[in-house]
Amino acid sequence: MTSVVKPAETFVERPKTLAALRADLVEGRTKAAELVAGYYDRIARINPRLNVYLSLTKDRALTQAARIDALASKGDPLPPLAGVPVGIKDVLVMKGAPATAGSKILKGYHPPYDATVVTRLEDAGAILLGKINCDEFAMGSSNENSAYGPVRNPVDTDRVPGGSSGGSAAAVASNMAVLTLGSDTGGSIRQPASFCGVVGVLPTYGRVSRYGLIAFASSLDRVGPFAGNVRDAATTLSVIAGPDPNDATCALASVPDYAAESDKPAEGLRIGVPAEYFAEGLDPEVRAAIEAGIAALKSAGCHIKPVALPSTKYAVPTYYLIATAEASANLARFDGVRYGYRSPASATLSDMYSHSRDEGFGAEVKRRIMLGTYALSAGYYDAYYLKAQQVRRLLAEEFLRAFTEVDAIVTPTSPIPAFKLGEMTDDPLAMYLADIYTVTASLAGICGVTVPCGATKAGLPVGMQVLAAHLNEGTAFRVARAVESARGVATAS
Amino acid sequence: MSAIVNRKDVERVAELAHLELTPQETESMLHDLNAILGYVAELNELNTIGVMALAQVSELTNTTSALRADQLRPSLDRAVVMPEAPESDAVFFKVPKVIER
Repeated sequence: MTSVVKPAETFVERPKTLAALRADLVEGRTKAAELVAGYYDRIARINPRLNVYLSLTKDRALTQAARIDALASKGDPLPPLAGVPVGIKDVLVMKGAPATAGSKILKGYHPPYDATVVTRLEDAGAILLGKINCDEFAMGSSNENSAYGPVRNPVDTDRVPGGSSGGSAAAVASNMAVLTLGSDTGGSIRQPASFCGVVGVLPTYGRVSRYGLIAFASSLDRVGPFAGNVRDAATTLSVIAGPDPNDATCALASVPDYAAESDKPAEGLRIGVPAEYFAEGLDPEVRAAIEAGIAALKSAGCHIKPVALPSTKYAVPTYYLIATAEASANLARFDGVRYGYRSPASATLSDMYSHSRDEGFGAEVKRRIMLGTYALSAGYYDAYYLKAQQVRRLLAEEFLRAFTEVDAIVTPTSPIPAFKLGEMTDDPLAMYLADIYTVTASLAGICGVTVPCGATKAGLPVGMQVLAAHLNEGTAFRVARAVESARGVATAS
Repeated sequence: MSAIVNRKDVERVAELAHLELTPQETESMLHDLNAILGYVAELNELNTIGVMALAQVSELTNTTSALRADQLRPSLDRAVVMPEAPESDAVFFKVPKVIER
């Protein structure tokens, strides 16, 4: 059988801004129900080529749209995300909607509760369109590890959208949602945002509740938004952030108005540039784009200064030991007993466990469970897991020191732009190494924003990563706004 | 690069992880684990004597996180939980026999 090779296509379309959507609703130009119908039409048309949505939550979306339209027609005040169509990465649960985490092992699972971030979005008026494809259990940097097929990059369908939240980035880039949620353990929001040319936010560890997030590595996992522009990402973070009695790791700190923070000019801010992030392995076109972004910050009145983060080269091995160790423990719960997939023919309980897991998990997930189990096993714990935790402290302390000298640090988000499907799948280690610029902030628990910062000659987006100290998201948004206004793609409104 | 793990190690770890690998999977796992472990050995270049392990970063964020009061509250209703199980009698999860023989 010969397969028909379709030529690469592009599906880039900027969503309207939150301000424009709100004005449409308030002034009666649009009804939320029409807006939602329009988004489902677009999804029906282009999702078959991009494979972003795994399931749609139409009944729930239409019920919410009716609620918003009723508020608007009465002239009642509208909540901050009233009528905004949002997509949810399929590692976050929505009551009654299929939750797969991109894995066969959860096929058929319908969780009986909502994630806290899902509740908060709906309370703020957002309309949740459906569940979005991702790498299996959020493990991957290309979205090629989904049991439900890869997501394609809307900029160029021959290329990956990045991972693991590749679908969430692609949804915003192709206007199949105005906003999406993703999760970031080692770069899974920031890297796909940069590959697809959208804004992605890594909130500080503990800033956003993870209740209802299917866990990958609990000391690293974070939930954060994607948006078409920095201000809208900031607005969304203010909605989802804040303490949650159902997540004991949440910081009790109050939540600022991040959009207002992002409106403040970046003038006078001290911006650190670490040489370690501009070393060997950085694509020359990515380098040029980021250097132009740094020049733009200088023009905006920022003080650019070098900072030293000498342990950076140890971040990838540290990350892969800690993340896989925690994953091996978290994924022990998938055993074919309480939910999800069970292998049909097993004589004993022990066989049922191992058959279900072998048939249910994909190759990358098994590889990480194996590595993590090995790193935690008797005789190796000190050499691997404990050692990695010690290096983690060194990495974190370097950032704390750097943030006494600068307000934010800027780097490329990824050393390379979006690569072609299949280009990296044969070499897991090479794929891990591409996470070099993102895993450091994951280990240190600090926050960051990825913002579009130009493109390569071939038109592939380049993202700049703006990092700030713990709970200092407002500063990261300010810097990202300055980069966006000088270098980002213009936002339709 | 000399191998860090051998086939027997891979089989033992698979057993610990309740994964039943095919012979082909065992082979590729042996290759991948040795490549990755060879790479992470770079960490041994760093002197970490006296460095405290950092298991989780909340201690660095200067914010408190708090446990909620230990009070009884309703949990999920069994009627919505049990139908998700591959096999149940609506009260208990059913599994194959536990003891071989």
